[in-house]
Amino acid sequence: MRRLALVLWGLLNALPAQAAEPVNERLRDSFEAKNQATLERLEQDETQQLCTRYAPTDLPAEVARRIQSLNQSTIKPPADGQYLGDFTRGEAIAQRGTGWQSSDDPAKPAGGNCYACHQLAAAEVAYGNLGPSLYHYGKLRGASAEVLAATWGKLYNSNATEPCSRMPRFGHRGILDEQQLKDLMALLFDPASPVNQ
Amino acid sequence: MKPLFAKRLRGLGALLLGSFALTAAASDDALREYREMFGDDNPAALWEARGEQLWQTARGPQHASLAACDLGLGPGVVKGAYAQLPRWFADTARVEDLESRLLTCMTELQGFPRDALLTTRFGDGERKSDLEALAAYVVGASRGAEIRLPLQHPAEQAAWALGQAAFYYRAGPHDFSCATCHAQADKRIRLQTLPQLTTAEGAREAYTHWPAYRISQGELRTFEWRLQDCYRQQRFPQLKFASEVAVGLSLFLAKTAEGGAMAAPAIRR
Repeated sequence: MRRLALVLWGLLNALPAQAAEPVNERLRDSFEAKNQATLERLEQDETQQLCTRYAPTDLPAEVARRIQSLNQSTIKPPADGQYLGDFTRGEAIAQRGTGWQSSDDPAKPAGGNCYACHQLAAAEVAYGNLGPSLYHYGKLRGASAEVLAATWGKLYNSNATEPCSRMPRFGHRGILDEQQLKDLMALLFDPASPVNQ
Repeated sequence: MKPLFAKRLRGLGALLLGSFALTAAASDDALREYREMFGDDNPAALWEARGEQLWQTARGPQHASLAACDLGLGPGVVKGAYAQLPRWFADTARVEDLESRLLTCMTELQGFPRDALLTTRFGDGERKSDLEALAAYVVGASRGAEIRLPLQHPAEQAAWALGQAAFYYRAGPHDFSCATCHAQADKRIRLQTLPQLTTAEGAREAYTHWPAYRISQGELRTFEWRLQDCYRQQRFPQLKFASEVAVGLSLFLAKTAEGGAMAAPAIRR
């Protein structure tokens, strides 16, 4: 009896990986479009498919490499080569939690909601801890060409270096535009930014 | 109702508007502040009392009460029923959670049109939801009851599997799934603590306290409301009420919380 239960449990656990197709259809039947949040948002790109398929277990190494290469190729450096915008605007973007929800006005600029998951400026004590602290980000790392490019890449597409990261792919998915990303870069690197005080 | 409680409640509206229109930042503080002022009094009692009355009153085109409504333990049995939901129902040949079962009973027994019930599924200020009141009553009758979901029917096992798949399904502009926020211990969004829904302890803490009176909204909200608001924040389309995913996800989380004792309706920020 116990053995039967174990076998059944094993089968149940194996189900999600095998049942990807029907789950997609049943998901679609369980949601409806609301304002900007249309049903197309349920469609997965290859990265999302792979991350879903292997969750919650560790990714096999070749899948991790596949996801990294898929995403690495999407990263576009700033058109004018300038990485740093305005840190004051960056702070506002980091604070703003709205954008892209069915309840948000799509005409208003979206936020990055960075404080939901990261510590940034010391003055903001209401920060989350899903991501690492970014306090003193530029002060600790400097602003060499390599560091700037790597950080831009992280903001633009987190999955290029960390497959299935919990952090959204802000540039690649068009959540934030190029100027907004530059403003966040300034928040991280500008010596006068509250992050580096 | 105790007069003192009623009096306290009248002052509540102004207090809520004043103190709780804030970011998630101070949310835990808001709950503590509320408890300091009101102790263990829970406005959910109003919803429970109204729900009990609605349950017993002959209503709808068929002028029937819900005395014949079977929540899984036999017609009219309310006590302990919520702790064993969602479950398979032979009469509808579906797995149903509380909200979908109430819809079934209100359409089949009382003759209410389903669309009208769905329009008022979530209360909004003066327009209160009968479904939320009925849910509060039914859940209140499971206080202290242990969650038990044997999942013996194949359809219940399939619903569990769908719920698990939905929990890990990453999609939308932000790549979020439920697991993005709810699969690790000791995590917060801003200052709001996140239950780890993949462990029995975390799932119990969350599941046994819903439905809940939501201070920030001045409404009693059911578990399906909680789920659809998570999906809104995940940037997904709208989760349909009483849909397969809503029921499956509820069942998946209830199963993880199995053995926990129901303590709802509770109070949440």
